[in-house]
Amino acid sequence: MVHYAVTRLISLTLSLVAASLVIFLVVEVIPGDPAAYMLGLNASPEAVDALRDALGLNGSLPERYLSWASGMLRGDFGTSYTYRVPVADLVAQRLWVSVPLAIYALTVSTLIALPVGMLAAARRGRAVDYGIIGATQLGIAVPNFWFAMLLVVLLAITWPVFPAGGFPGWDAGAWQAIKALTLPAVALALPQASILARVMRSALIETLGQDYIRTARAKGLSEGEALRNHGLRNAMIPVLTIIGLQFSFLLAGAIIIEKVFFLPGLGLLIFQGITQRDLVVVESVVMLLVFAVILVTFLVDLAYAAVDPRLRHGR
Amino acid sequence: MKLPVQLVAGSVLFGAFLVVACLSLVWTPFPVTELDIAAKLQAPGNGHWLGTDHLGRDMTSMLMAGARTSIAVALVAVGIGIILGVPLGLAAAARRGSLLDEVIMRANDLIFAFPSLVIAILITAVFGPSAVNAILAIGIFNVPVFARVARGAALSIWQREFILAARVAGKGPALISAEHILPNIANLLVVQGTIQFSMGILAEAGLSYVGLGAQPPTPSWGRMLADAQTFFYSDPRLAILPGLCIVMTVLGLNLMGDGLRDLLDPRLRRAVR
Repeated sequence: MVHYAVTRLISLTLSLVAASLVIFLVVEVIPGDPAAYMLGLNASPEAVDALRDALGLNGSLPERYLSWASGMLRGDFGTSYTYRVPVADLVAQRLWVSVPLAIYALTVSTLIALPVGMLAAARRGRAVDYGIIGATQLGIAVPNFWFAMLLVVLLAITWPVFPAGGFPGWDAGAWQAIKALTLPAVALALPQASILARVMRSALIETLGQDYIRTARAKGLSEGEALRNHGLRNAMIPVLTIIGLQFSFLLAGAIIIEKVFFLPGLGLLIFQGITQRDLVVVESVVMLLVFAVILVTFLVDLAYAAVDPRLRHGR
Repeated sequence: MKLPVQLVAGSVLFGAFLVVACLSLVWTPFPVTELDIAAKLQAPGNGHWLGTDHLGRDMTSMLMAGARTSIAVALVAVGIGIILGVPLGLAAAARRGSLLDEVIMRANDLIFAFPSLVIAILITAVFGPSAVNAILAIGIFNVPVFARVARGAALSIWQREFILAARVAGKGPALISAEHILPNIANLLVVQGTIQFSMGILAEAGLSYVGLGAQPPTPSWGRMLADAQTFFYSDPRLAILPGLCIVMTVLGLNLMGDGLRDLLDPRLRRAVR
């Protein structure tokens, strides 16, 4: 297990280096001078020079990459041009909205999807199963931001149970904050839950056809017992894969959902960064998102190894 | 041969939008970009079948042209994914275990770490928002998807005896990939293409909604939803109509994909029973 974890850790590091190079180079290909680009058309040459200096643009390409990358390792993401504060501080504030939102959505989605998938698998071929297949088919087709708008009309305007948008901050009390994140989390969770429920269903049905389940049935276990004791663990492998993959969709989706609910998260920060041409902010937040995706992939790999010993010793 | 129900239902649903999209190229009830502030926010009727939006534009015409934008963006993005991804996957499979295979697969993993929205954000931050950048972002995201599907499917075909026969006949890996592997994995690629098509429609709507996709005056469903947000409470029709169009198009494509999979790969159908 240790050997496996170390190999995965090395590959995680390499992925991070490669991703940071890609992001750095994409921002570098901006036609012309990034400082002039950020300041706009009416900037004086002195201002552009000063900004070039402040951004460290006067070094060579490898020098600049190394100083950017090593800065990030120390937690120094550079200084936002528009806010004139360290990007790390801005990001840290916003993380307190985006990360709880993504985790909330993932929890809601998993809590809905796993029982629903199990129910469909247990009642396969019957009306309940077809109902679930139909509902999930629809759930996958609904754009989450549109579903969010419908939720607002229903549960914030018509029956004002939840706030329609905004975020009071965690200082206003956990209950208020959780209330503000509930509709966004549910909106984010719906399509993910639909996909997950379908994966859960087909993974379970496939497991049910295995010989070892028949053996377990032959020794007298009921179908439910056989599934719980022998099947669930095997069926969890594809389910874990999807949960891992979904995290990256949730983070990206959170960016869009934050716009619907005016939540001051990473999404809002990144869109402000784009409109204000604050490349330092855009570059750092994108790197952070990609880092999160790579990290989750790494954790999912470790989780695999925990549920499936073959992966630890195999290839 | 009996066609799967989903395939028929999905094709009819998606086909309807495809026809409308094509029709919008030559005819819409009103010019799409024609503003008529005096006639803003009109209820359906009065010559405007689905009413008008906050700038007095005809909703029917906007939705028709929006179908065109969505379908065009998603279609080209799938094309990019297939044209770049499939040859990469085939090459990786033909040289299985080689450095080339390793490099292609690791590059795939790397792109997978960038969700399409993040790619779009990067591209937009550098080149500004446009429909072309949305296509690029979704297209780049599709490349590793097709590369993986093509490689995985090709690997199993390479084990077959008729490939051995082709090698004995003196054909090289490139020729074998093109003449024998590709036709045998085409089914899977069509199914995956349908799925990526529907995901592309959703991605395009999301990108346009946040302003990273098609720019005004080009109508797009995502853009219409963003515009509708201000008037949603007084006039829900403005948000419900484009949303329903997205749902029905995506649903149609997903049903088509499921139906095609059943039709082309009966083994899967049996596995689900």
